[in-house]
Amino acid sequence: MRVLVLGLGNVLMEDEGVGVRAVELLESRYRLPPQVEVIDGGTTGTELLEPMRNVDYLIVADAVNTGAPPGTLVRLTGAEIPAFFQCKLSNHQLGLSDLLAVLTVTGESPKAVTIIGMVPHSLNNTLGLTPATLERLEQMVEMLVAELRRIGVEAELRPAPLPCFWAEQTRSEASACA
Amino acid sequence: MTERVVVDPITRIEGHLRIEAQMNGNTIEQAYSAGTMVRGIEIILRGRDPRDAWAYAQRICGVCTLVHGMASIRSVEDALKYTIPPNAQLIRNLMIAAQYVHDHVMHFYHLHALDWVDVVSALSADPKATSELAQKISPHWPNSTPGYFSDQQAKLKKFVEAGQLGIFAKAYWGHPAYKLPPEANLMAVSHYLEALAWQRDVVKLHAIFGGKNPHPNFLVGGVPCPIDLNSDSALNMKRLSQVQDIIKKMQVFVDQVYVPDTLAIASFYKDWFKQGEGLGNFMTYGDFPEKGMDDPASFLIPSGVILNRDLSKIHPVDLNAEDQIQEFVAHSWYDYSDDKNKGLHPYVGETELNYSGPKPPYKQLDVDQSYSWMKSPRWKGQAVEVGPLARVLMLYATGHEHTKSLVDYTLKYLDAPIEALYSTLGRTAARTLETKIIADKMQTWFDLLVANIKAGDTKTFNDALWEPSSWPSSAKGVGYMEAPRGALAHWIVIKDQKIANYQAVVPSTWNAGPRDAQNQAGAYEASLKGHVLHDPKQPVEILRTIHSFDPCIACAVHVTDPDGDELIKVQVR
Repeated sequence: MRVLVLGLGNVLMEDEGVGVRAVELLESRYRLPPQVEVIDGGTTGTELLEPMRNVDYLIVADAVNTGAPPGTLVRLTGAEIPAFFQCKLSNHQLGLSDLLAVLTVTGESPKAVTIIGMVPHSLNNTLGLTPATLERLEQMVEMLVAELRRIGVEAELRPAPLPCFWAEQTRSEASACA
Repeated sequence: MTERVVVDPITRIEGHLRIEAQMNGNTIEQAYSAGTMVRGIEIILRGRDPRDAWAYAQRICGVCTLVHGMASIRSVEDALKYTIPPNAQLIRNLMIAAQYVHDHVMHFYHLHALDWVDVVSALSADPKATSELAQKISPHWPNSTPGYFSDQQAKLKKFVEAGQLGIFAKAYWGHPAYKLPPEANLMAVSHYLEALAWQRDVVKLHAIFGGKNPHPNFLVGGVPCPIDLNSDSALNMKRLSQVQDIIKKMQVFVDQVYVPDTLAIASFYKDWFKQGEGLGNFMTYGDFPEKGMDDPASFLIPSGVILNRDLSKIHPVDLNAEDQIQEFVAHSWYDYSDDKNKGLHPYVGETELNYSGPKPPYKQLDVDQSYSWMKSPRWKGQAVEVGPLARVLMLYATGHEHTKSLVDYTLKYLDAPIEALYSTLGRTAARTLETKIIADKMQTWFDLLVANIKAGDTKTFNDALWEPSSWPSSAKGVGYMEAPRGALAHWIVIKDQKIANYQAVVPSTWNAGPRDAQNQAGAYEASLKGHVLHDPKQPVEILRTIHSFDPCIACAVHVTDPDGDELIKVQVR
């Protein structure tokens, strides 16, 4: 079984980067078995085709806009996914839905796709998440862990977390402003 | 009656570019190009460690992570007069070159070909005739039997019948502007699928040198990739032979699929050799040093400016001269502290947002005022085009033999004069030809790298200036390169070991920027003037010319347009 956990988003645009920050925290906190690959996809496109090909489970962490209040966490799966793309809820879905469409053509689609998303509070041109989003980030990571558990993958808590590049850059930003 | 055709956004995959075309009957009288997102990297980088800037810069754009990372480390190295080892230079060349080959092939099959190739028409092709066509244009490519094309057609049919056109859903199938016979369409669609299979191998080159993808690592002073033939964790014999395999795969696909397809498709669209030029001014910064950035004579692509198609005179470009490269904001949603109508050199560039446009979603922009989040960069006040056509012209004008023979062969094959290069199709053909030039050159750089290693030189990092304590208290520099989409530069000002100012002028800003203080159009705007639209509701003609530039507007501007329009939204008023 192959699993890809893909964080999407732009870390230079505040809460837009929540998906990238979620997978960063996931990897920092948990040791994952070798069949699970975690990728910070940023806002890239075709480079993601290769890791997405023929995976059994694709789990996407992303900022989404469902019309629900900011900070709402959502889990979308199965039949909700195509509808999700039609409504254009996320800023990256052009890329993601196109990539999935390409894999349909080549017959290499992931067997199952789940999106774990958070509705953003603010999308300004600044580094780091808003405090309200940061507060929910751990919950988002726990949803990713629960998603992995659902498909039979146990994430093992590390004795000490690994360093997080973006989280640390953000902290230095906060102290510089203070 | 005048009406305005609005195409928003125009890229199929990335970005937020809005084109407004002012019509007179069916002819475009004036076109306006607007970036509907803002970029804020300059503000975010202030006060940070210059050695980390690449990690931020590569997030400017999802399509161009590599080139922004590269321009960023070069800017720091230029500011500090920091030289890098020869091996690092060669590895960087190979990484940039791989980006070209990957991007250009993917741009052609994934985006631009769909402006010329009618996917639905491929369903009525005769597989046997398709096979004959394919074997005629590329005798050595193995996937060309009637059975192969019959299988590809069946696959496509299943897909179309299921109503799952997906990536193919956003074009104007059946539009009379599509001229290819069904067999050429089937061949091109099959090669689209083959390009996807090919792509999976070639993207691995960046991970071999940069540690990971899609955000490879960079290092000021070299490359983060040690060479040790006896180590599993370094660039060893196995990885070098993987690189060699990838280079061969790239060359074979370019020679046997991409080049023949471009020529075959172009032969049906020769009227596009007569329109879509735009400015007639072209600029390159130069790139691919065989020796070092301080030795421009060793560059594969020379730097310079060509004005009014005059290939006999190459004007030198100085990226540090205050009066040469300047950005104007007269029609952009920014303010300058001194005078909104004056140009500023990037060292003293300002990024003060001042949105004065309509509240989105809007029907039409007021183009007499500010109408874009892009600035208008100019060289000595002139609007110039950057990108593959500029590079091929520069190589041609400076007598590069390989380029000359390729260009002459192409023009002869298509029975076209040299003037044909100054056009939509000329731009597209130039992209194909430079892919071949660069893919072929990769072998030279790879051989030099292997020869260095065999001679005992395994150095990839120069640590001399790594410690900020060794830096002067203030320094400034420019990191420039030829990105696949054109001339790219990052200007950095360093004070007390931190970034004091940072400005990126990206290729798509040169090409897609709005009018300047003199009301001179940018390259996109100028290139669309005079286009005749068969049906303004299906402006495939606009897409052909704009896509010939390979727009990447996520690159030029940043925050998303909140209204999330259709992929290609056309409104006629």
